[in-house]
Amino acid sequence: MKRTAFLIIGATAAFAAMATAEITADDVVFDEYGSVAMSLTGVAGDAANGRDLFKNRKLGNCLACHKNTDLSDQAFQGEVGPSLDGVGDRWNEEELRGIVSNPKNTFEDTIMPAFYRTSGFFRTLEKFEGKSILSAQDVEDVIAYLQTLTE
Amino acid sequence: MIGSNLLRVASIATIASLAFGTITANAQSLIINEEELMITQAPAAAHLENLDEVFSGWIYRTKETQSLQLDDFDNPGMIFVDQALDEWAKVDGSAGKSCAACHTGGPAEFAGLRTVLPRWDDEAGAIQSMEDYINECRTERMQADAWKWSGTSMTAMTALISLESRGMPVNVVIDGPASDAWEQGKDIYYTRVGQLDMSCANCHENNYDTMIRADHLSQGQTNGFPVYRLKNAKLNSTHARFKGCMKNIRATPYKEGSDEFRALELYVASRGNGLSVEGASVRN
Ligand code: HEC
Ligand code: HEC
Repeated sequence: MKRTAFLIIGATAAFAAMATAEITADDVVFDEYGSVAMSLTGVAGDAANGRDLFKNRKLGNCLACHKNTDLSDQAFQGEVGPSLDGVGDRWNEEELRGIVSNPKNTFEDTIMPAFYRTSGFFRTLEKFEGKSILSAQDVEDVIAYLQTLTE
Repeated sequence: MIGSNLLRVASIATIASLAFGTITANAQSLIINEEELMITQAPAAAHLENLDEVFSGWIYRTKETQSLQLDDFDNPGMIFVDQALDEWAKVDGSAGKSCAACHTGGPAEFAGLRTVLPRWDDEAGAIQSMEDYINECRTERMQADAWKWSGTSMTAMTALISLESRGMPVNVVIDGPASDAWEQGKDIYYTRVGQLDMSCANCHENNYDTMIRADHLSQGQTNGFPVYRLKNAKLNSTHARFKGCMKNIRATPYKEGSDEFRALELYVASRGNGLSVEGASVRN
């Protein structure tokens, strides 16, 4: 009993620390090339979770548009965007953070959605209003995963 | 791009696409009941700025789905056409009339109608879709209740009437009094909406003939409507399809039968001017 209580308090404290360190979507600072220098949470990304987010249809669903040989067990891989094989060699962490958070700063008029953006949309379904597709930590996890995709 | 499918391309289609200089995927000829040749590929109308050619959605379906449209006995949409024929003869409403009571020539009276709808209607002072005309007959001439825009009776009746135009090229009018609605529809088509922040054009103009996860993107043409979808095993209206696409990008759809969707229907139909009416077509 005591141990559980301690764990819960510990977890809550960690969340509280995270919440204060987390940068809200409206406050993310992009440089002129679309890169984001500062971690969105201050917590290192978890590449294994990022891999799950990448294929999950309700979360990242990156496979909808991008092929990725590392996930070749997944049957349907999209062709709308470039293959992400070796993407960790092409872009550094800050660039990847910018591309995933809001790729419109890197690629003008791209079809790729902004995964960490909460405002500036038109006619968003009520249940998604004011929300980003991924959370700040999800984005950190996805970019940790993308950095493992090297050739 | 879609190698295995390309290998199956019939020679006629290959020659045609080489001549036009573009790649099409599963193309083969759509000949229904071994006699009716559908135009599934046509030069784009002059008002279409960003495309050279237009393609029916049938082209991008798998061989298995395509084949269901080759013969009316295999086409599950035809069951609903039969139901609509029964409905056609059925008296409904307080005027004691059926469709047949006024349209004594049978559904054949409507040959060619599908090709020009939706259109500007002077009397209504608005763009009217086939659903509007059907409901006008029901409420004003039959004194019966209006049908739901995408209800079973309505989609079945639009299929019966569309069938009379099967094979004829879509030819909606976009100028004159229709031009305001056409411009409004065009605006909607190119406006990014929803949390995914995409427009119709992002998928159906810039990325047709590519896979978006398990879906092979078409140009999103409406010449095949109403469409029997294997996914929901019923006939689907254009407005229901627009609604589905908008929800997929997490956008609040316009209402079925709204002025916005009528305008979009006119604009999208005009993008397919030249393609054969296929209703009822089969899609996944
Ligand atoms: C609806 C389509 C779509 C989705 C979904 C999508 N992307 Fe993209 N992505 C693109 C396109 C298209 C490009 C190319 C940029 C452009 O528009 O020119 C791109 C480019 C990229 C690039 C740069 C690739 C390179 O090699 O230059 C990265 C990295 C990337 N995407 C990551 C992701 C991740 C991670 C996700 C999911 C969390 C994702 N994308 C989801 C369409 C998409
Ligand atoms: C994220 C991508 C995407 C967007 C954005 C999108 N659609 Fe679609 N649409 C699809 C997919 C996938 C299908 C099913 C495969 C196909 O026919 O392209 C489809 C099918 C259709 C069809 C049926 C075509 C046929 O032959 O059966 C129509 C019509 C259509 N879309 C119109 C629209 C309109 C109008 C909009 C904008 C309001 C729109 N779509 C936005 C992905 C999209």
